Amino acid sequence: MFDPTSKLVLGLVTGIVFGFLLQKGRAAKFHVIIGQFLLKDWTVVKIMATAVAVGTIGVYALVSMGAATLHIKPALLGGVLLGGLLFGIGLAVFGYCPGTSVAASGEGRRDAMVGVVGMLFGAGMYVALYPALQPIINGLADWGKITLPQATNLSPWAWVAGVVAAIAIGLLTLERFRTGQKSV
Amino acid sequence: MNPLTMKSWSPYVVGALIGVLSWFAFATADKPLGITTAFEYTAALTERAVAPQAARTNEYYSDPERTPKIDWEWMLVVGVLIGAFLSSKLSKDRTSQSIPPLWRWRFGDSTAKRFAGAFLGGALMMFGARLAGGCTSGHGISGALQLAVSSWIFVLLLFASGVATAFLIYGKEGANHVRSNE
Repeated sequence: MFDPTSKLVLGLVTGIVFGFLLQKGRAAKFHVIIGQFLLKDWTVVKIMATAVAVGTIGVYALVSMGAATLHIKPALLGGVLLGGLLFGIGLAVFGYCPGTSVAASGEGRRDAMVGVVGMLFGAGMYVALYPALQPIINGLADWGKITLPQATNLSPWAWVAGVVAAIAIGLLTLERFRTGQKSV
Repeated sequence: MNPLTMKSWSPYVVGALIGVLSWFAFATADKPLGITTAFEYTAALTERAVAPQAARTNEYYSDPERTPKIDWEWMLVVGVLIGAFLSSKLSKDRTSQSIPPLWRWRFGDSTAKRFAGAFLGGALMMFGARLAGGCTSGHGISGALQLAVSSWIFVLLLFASGVATAFLIYGKEGANHVRSNE
């Protein structure tokens, strides 16, 4: 029922820092999230892309030193495709993603608190319907717990370098394009 | 100025620090940052407590990969709530808003309508996250940085689906009503 206390404390501390950062990044705000999907406010993409670029270097370094292991979610196409589709629809209606809705509740937003209760309801539906959902989740291909380096037979470091470079170029282009737009 | 009392930080600084935080999570707990598994476990524990009969026949509870409990990730979610509270308290960036102005522009003044949208949107989003095995954190950040195939498919699809839905709801005109300080 419970993890050891040391692990619980570690999770709590990590979460406090995560929530602090989401709030400071203004990601706990409805208009920032919806602004992203209306392609008007690029804050969410900037945060996520930078986190991925910085994160991938350190995590692959930790894995290669044997200090951590990868935790890859299986590419069960039925679940991932239907899930991604429904997730995007729900997110655009609600206006917060799971992590930022919890952060927005901490900021005091009442609609986010109601949505968090809705999220518990959605999780309950998933658990209750779990047996019936299996044919859908497993209905298409199962590529397994596979990474891009494994799928392409390339070194992880080639992918890390490629992803970091692509993100850097993408964000620089975004900044140039946005500032260019503003000065007009 | 003390950065802790600032209302916002650069998204690049925040993103870089979240990246470093995921190194910390992997190094100290061998865990990726993620949110929705904790919701699933909470729902699973509740359903087993309320309806033990139904739980006995649900194969969910015999899946060895699913061990509902109060764990590291559950405490992470509690921490996110506390961390955002502290940050908003320090910067006096708190609000008790029920209806965001963009929503009000599109759907009017009804709090009930906004709460219904939030509840149903939140439920659908979480249902989708559990079908796919992760959310914007678990797939979008943690899975993408691990270069997982499933996560890159999920994150591209969720953006496409989110953009399509947002434009269906708010239209092109909606973008003109996205203001920076609400």
